Amino acid sequence: MRIYALLILPLPLLIVVGYLLPTLGVLGWSLSLPKVGLQNYATILDSAAIQTVIWRTLRICLLTTVISVAIAYLIAFRWRFASARGRLLIELFVLLPFWLSMLIRAFAWLVLLRNDGLVNQSLMGLGLVDEPLALVRNELGALIGMVHFMVPYAVLPLLSSMRQVDDSLLRASSSLGAGRWQTLREVFLPLTLPGVAAASATVFVFSLGCFVTPALLGGGKAAMLAESIYIQMFQLSNWGLGAALSIVLMAMVAVCAVVFGKLVGFGRFTGRQA
Amino acid sequence: MSTVVSNPAAVVAAPTGYRPRLNIAKWLSIAAMLLAALFLLLPILVIVPLSFGDQRYLSFPDGAWSLRHYLTLLDTAWLSSILQSLGLAIVVGLVSTALSFLFATGIWLEPRYRVLLTALVLLPMIVPQVVSAMSIYYLGARVQQLDSLIGVGFGHLMMALPYSLIAMLVAYSRLDTSLYKASRSLGAGLGMTIVQVLMPNVRGGLAGSFFMAFIMSWEEVVVTLFTSGLHVITLPKRIWDGLRYNLDPAIAAMSTLMVFLTLVVLLVRLYRHDHTSSPGR
Repeated sequence: MRIYALLILPLPLLIVVGYLLPTLGVLGWSLSLPKVGLQNYATILDSAAIQTVIWRTLRICLLTTVISVAIAYLIAFRWRFASARGRLLIELFVLLPFWLSMLIRAFAWLVLLRNDGLVNQSLMGLGLVDEPLALVRNELGALIGMVHFMVPYAVLPLLSSMRQVDDSLLRASSSLGAGRWQTLREVFLPLTLPGVAAASATVFVFSLGCFVTPALLGGGKAAMLAESIYIQMFQLSNWGLGAALSIVLMAMVAVCAVVFGKLVGFGRFTGRQA
Repeated sequence: MSTVVSNPAAVVAAPTGYRPRLNIAKWLSIAAMLLAALFLLLPILVIVPLSFGDQRYLSFPDGAWSLRHYLTLLDTAWLSSILQSLGLAIVVGLVSTALSFLFATGIWLEPRYRVLLTALVLLPMIVPQVVSAMSIYYLGARVQQLDSLIGVGFGHLMMALPYSLIAMLVAYSRLDTSLYKASRSLGAGLGMTIVQVLMPNVRGGLAGSFFMAFIMSWEEVVVTLFTSGLHVITLPKRIWDGLRYNLDPAIAAMSTLMVFLTLVVLLVRLYRHDHTSSPGR
């Protein structure tokens, strides 16, 4: 018994000392810098600038969730009815960006979307626009980058829920006279709805804490909560407020995770994090 | 009933599995999916040619392909970042694997507090990375280890441990504890059992554990940004700096190398998965 404890305990102890206690320390900072009290949290509630950031965060996260789950559903749907070779190909193009560093992806989007980037040059070359569109270093850029980042996360839970749909149910629906569209709407879609819910929950929760992608592609003009923590800490040296924002972000993620977990069921939140 | 008769193709096709017939809707959805694929792969398709540009600034190769941006990677600054990241990732990988192995072994033998303790270790994976970065920053500030390899490495370790542990737990979930009992009853001590019986049986988990921790450290940005400054400049940090202020073409070269590596690893994994998973897939 005691010998097992020697094996087990180092890791949890390290997490407690190296992670959990420092998190409490951050909570302490939020309540004591620059002076003891709740003034940092009062600032979060009062400050128009911070309210803007919070609403922008929720807005971008919601949009990201809807768009990336829609794209992912399409991909997962085609995967479901593809041949073995087709499936492998789809898995490859979903997993390649998934495993690629987010910095590299942000770099590519900057190259593509900047004023003299490929997208703007093509649009102007085709005569569709006269002057370059502002596609990046703003909220749109952050959104594009985040959708690109989240699609693979949304695909994975959808694949597993689509895999579980039994072929015989679809055949039954079709042999009972339902057209393809009706089978899709009344049989396939309801059966894959849990996957949609899981995918949406995963994407939304991950999006809330996104830092690198929106910071680089938003170019400071679309600061979300995570970036504003960084700004408070290292540009404004406002440690107390940075710590309080960090606690608020953690609380938001915790609330969402618990609520979604109740609705969707735990055990679906796995994968690499933003 | 008449519909069944009017649609015999569906019945005939049945044994091979349900496949929607060819029609406009199907081709539309395939076209839409190809667009989605293009969207997903676009960044990769752009980076590769850019990395061969022959200008000092970021440009597509205009007739003349060049390796000059790859040579930039051998400059002192880039090379030292690459080596720093490599060293950190290896050390973090080893420590993370060792700790995960001990924990997973112990919890496999004595699962009493399994759920609680595992949840504790997985915490840094669930908490947003910025929040974790704040905690590590707090720790670094308290123990005077900001902008040091030890401080940054410790942060990387915290972020890597959950992924490392999952790989280890998966490996152990396929192992029966009777293996342990057999080894012990045949007279092997705990140490010998661990080294000669358990480790060979979870070697896939050990490799996966190291791989995950290595990747997490190699790519870590957020904690590094919070805890490093002038001395510790890991590769992701250098890339970040290069992205914030201008678009350094060396990033394209580095990215192309990473794309290539990722592709190789992915193909190997898919290939192995194909040959080890059940035929039902």
